[in-house]
Amino acid sequence: MPVPPPVRPSLSELFRAFVAVSLSGFGGALPWARRMIVDKKKWMTAEEFNEVFALSQFLPGPNVVNFSVVFGQRFGGAPGAAVAFAGLMGPPLVIVSVLAVLYALYGDVAVLTRILAGIAAAAAGLLIAVVAKMAAPLVRKGTHWAPGIALLAFIGVALMQWPLPLVFVVLAPLSIALAWMRP
Amino acid sequence: MTSPLLALAGYFALLSLFAVGGANAAIPEMHRVAVDVMHWMSDRQFADMFAIAQVSPGPNVIIVTLIGYHVAGFAGAAVATAAMCGPTCALAFVVGRVWDRFKEARWRMAVQGGLVPLSLGLIAASAFVLARAADHTLVAGLLTAATALVAFATRINPLWLFLAGALLGLTGWL
Repeated sequence: MPVPPPVRPSLSELFRAFVAVSLSGFGGALPWARRMIVDKKKWMTAEEFNEVFALSQFLPGPNVVNFSVVFGQRFGGAPGAAVAFAGLMGPPLVIVSVLAVLYALYGDVAVLTRILAGIAAAAAGLLIAVVAKMAAPLVRKGTHWAPGIALLAFIGVALMQWPLPLVFVVLAPLSIALAWMRP
Repeated sequence: MTSPLLALAGYFALLSLFAVGGANAAIPEMHRVAVDVMHWMSDRQFADMFAIAQVSPGPNVIIVTLIGYHVAGFAGAAVATAAMCGPTCALAFVVGRVWDRFKEARWRMAVQGGLVPLSLGLIAASAFVLARAADHTLVAGLLTAATALVAFATRINPLWLFLAGALLGLTGWL
């Protein structure tokens, strides 16, 4: 079956797509990026998207920001990466700057404190659900060392409150070595 | 005394390079530095900023903008955001160009597979740190638990869960 030629977005299309992704993404923008890029614009197949997605997750730093850079670079080199990043981060930066000013002014107002306390409690719960969803495939895969590494990272960072760089330089080489020997 | 802008730039640039699993994996380290080491803010303020970042559109990493503003105004917001995104963007740009060449390489599989459990542990630590900062009452703890269950078992838009939390908070039961 002939494959239709891939659609290549222009720089301004890239910018607008990532503005749209950033403004629609609550609690993580990556699902919206998939919807936009694979389903709506057909700039990538689902497999290509997964490939770039996996890379963005494995690289350090904010995943969706990495994604915008890798994706923009692939379609438009350095200018592409720059406009995708600007589209993704520009609007939230403006919005959050306004919220930061409002919080500095009214953060101690009792009503707002109570509302934020409720949202914070819910946000913590959402993160627990993210952890559970991430853990499920890892447990199903049945590698014995993986839960151990996750547990050590948790103990080091959450309970011992050791600095992240310290925990990382000890556990990352160990974990990669284990993945090499028992994938 | 180093300037707060330099401190922000240094901390977030360093932090970003160890944040495997994204911004959420870096929450405990941000909390440790901002609350315990630098005393930039209280536990509650940190939880508030996480909440604001969650209900704002865009990537979760935007919490660093709020922390930066709290420490040093608009300049702080800009510096913190740039420091958190700059080094990793450069890395993503470079790695993104060559990554496909190593598609079948064994070391690539090992690196990818090895970092997954590490980021899982780090994000679990984030959930723990946030729950401890946010849940000072039994009702707040129950709200966290209920949200976790609903979010895990259903595909509900998180915005509804935030709204429920906000309303519950408004009633003053938390």
